[in-house]
Amino acid sequence: MIASGAEAVITLDGKTIIKTRVHKRYRLKEIDYTLRRDRTRTEARLISEARRCGVPTPIIRDVTEFEIKMEYIDGDPLKKIITPALSEQAGELVGKLHSCGIVHGDLTTSNIMLRDGKLFLIDFGLAYIDGTLEARGVDIHVLFQTFESTHEDHEELIEAFKKGYKLTFSGADEVIKRVSEIESRGRYA
Amino acid sequence: MTTILGIEGTAWNLSAAIVDEKDVLAETTATYMPASGGIHPREAAQHHASHIGEVVRETFNKCGKNIDAVAFSQGPGLGPCLRTVATAARALALSLDVPLIGVNHCIAHIEVGRWKTPAHDPVTLYVSGANSQVLAYRAGYYRVFGETLDIGIGNALDKFARSVGLPHPGGPRVEELAKQAARYIPLPYTVKGMDFSFSGLSTAAQDANKKHALPDVCHSFQETAFAMLVEVTERAVAHTGKKEVLLAGGVGANLRLREMLAMMCEDRGIEFYVPEKRFMGDNGAMIAYLGLLMYKAGYRTQITDSRVNPDYRPDDVVVKWR
Repeated sequence: MIASGAEAVITLDGKTIIKTRVHKRYRLKEIDYTLRRDRTRTEARLISEARRCGVPTPIIRDVTEFEIKMEYIDGDPLKKIITPALSEQAGELVGKLHSCGIVHGDLTTSNIMLRDGKLFLIDFGLAYIDGTLEARGVDIHVLFQTFESTHEDHEELIEAFKKGYKLTFSGADEVIKRVSEIESRGRYA
Repeated sequence: MTTILGIEGTAWNLSAAIVDEKDVLAETTATYMPASGGIHPREAAQHHASHIGEVVRETFNKCGKNIDAVAFSQGPGLGPCLRTVATAARALALSLDVPLIGVNHCIAHIEVGRWKTPAHDPVTLYVSGANSQVLAYRAGYYRVFGETLDIGIGNALDKFARSVGLPHPGGPRVEELAKQAARYIPLPYTVKGMDFSFSGLSTAAQDANKKHALPDVCHSFQETAFAMLVEVTERAVAHTGKKEVLLAGGVGANLRLREMLAMMCEDRGIEFYVPEKRFMGDNGAMIAYLGLLMYKAGYRTQITDSRVNPDYRPDDVVVKWR
């Protein structure tokens, strides 16, 4: 086992990651079953859909009821290696994702990986389809917060990210405006 | 010893209490009960205005001590109710010549739980009529990790209960009926990231009642709504790495919700704490106790800054007492 979150356990088998949504005893069997099945399907679908939109994501090898087998991205998390140039690339990636109508839902510098000079987005467990400014704004705001809490040169990183985001997403300016609004509300702090 | 008088009156319950570091020395409560339907803000405020004098007088009579400050619920809550209580608190502080301390109602629920249970640094699930939030302390603030996107769980339950002809407050009736259920009817489960939403669920439950037995709908409503709350609480636990969960707010009286939270905590190997019932719903003691913590940390509210805030967020408060 390499990780255990609130809803899933992740194990590694060679070059394959196995993400299993676990049973929760506290909820009714009917609710538990439906949630685990639907979320597993949605996650697998959005991982593939993002890749079709030009966002590198793990290749799905197999999907069963509660389990996704996918490619293990054996690279470095952006958290450890971030530079303004990489931040700009990350902005391009998220711009493509948002153009495609997908919101990641948990953008952090741990969920963006660099492998062989190419950035990958991982962990779509909270991803959903949403084209609203608010959803996109929160997506980016959350990422900026990880910049702020873990990187000293965060202002430069944020600027570089915005530059990349504008490059690949035509609605970028409006979303960036919403991000400042979300910040001033003090929510998601 | 520090002695503080606190006044709570954000919604239906008017309550005054005097506390010191150790315990509640006196508490008096007057509860507004609507003749029919739900809480009417103006009627509730009129109720508070006509009872605040006797509630405060009786509290002083029971305790007979001088106080160091007057604390009051500055928000969040119903505007007319908040204004009534704030006016009384200002007048009292001025006439006794003691400082005034405006406190955040949500944080008072957390602090009274930390006072009256062994919880030290919990993730708090705060569920009441108007509020539904998952909170945890980090770096000087009580952060809101998840919250309702529309109405509180208590209001969702009450709204549904009223629509099917159950009297106010609906929560306890729904809980009783749910015990007789024979089956589960699928209802919309809405968790978006760390937030949840109840208005769609409440409406869907009303529709379901046209086709299904009421106990089955009550059961399905509870099971769906509570699973959402427990899921987000568990996410906050996983995210923060905290080892305790505290339940707060009036809906915390629901035994099924407690059972579900207890199971989640047991499965994660963490502690679960529920305060005594008198500290779960809105009460004057929690306002007095948070006032005490803030008083000792040097907080004072000038009359000019004592305007009420119906949308007062817990994450707006700089926490200097812990």
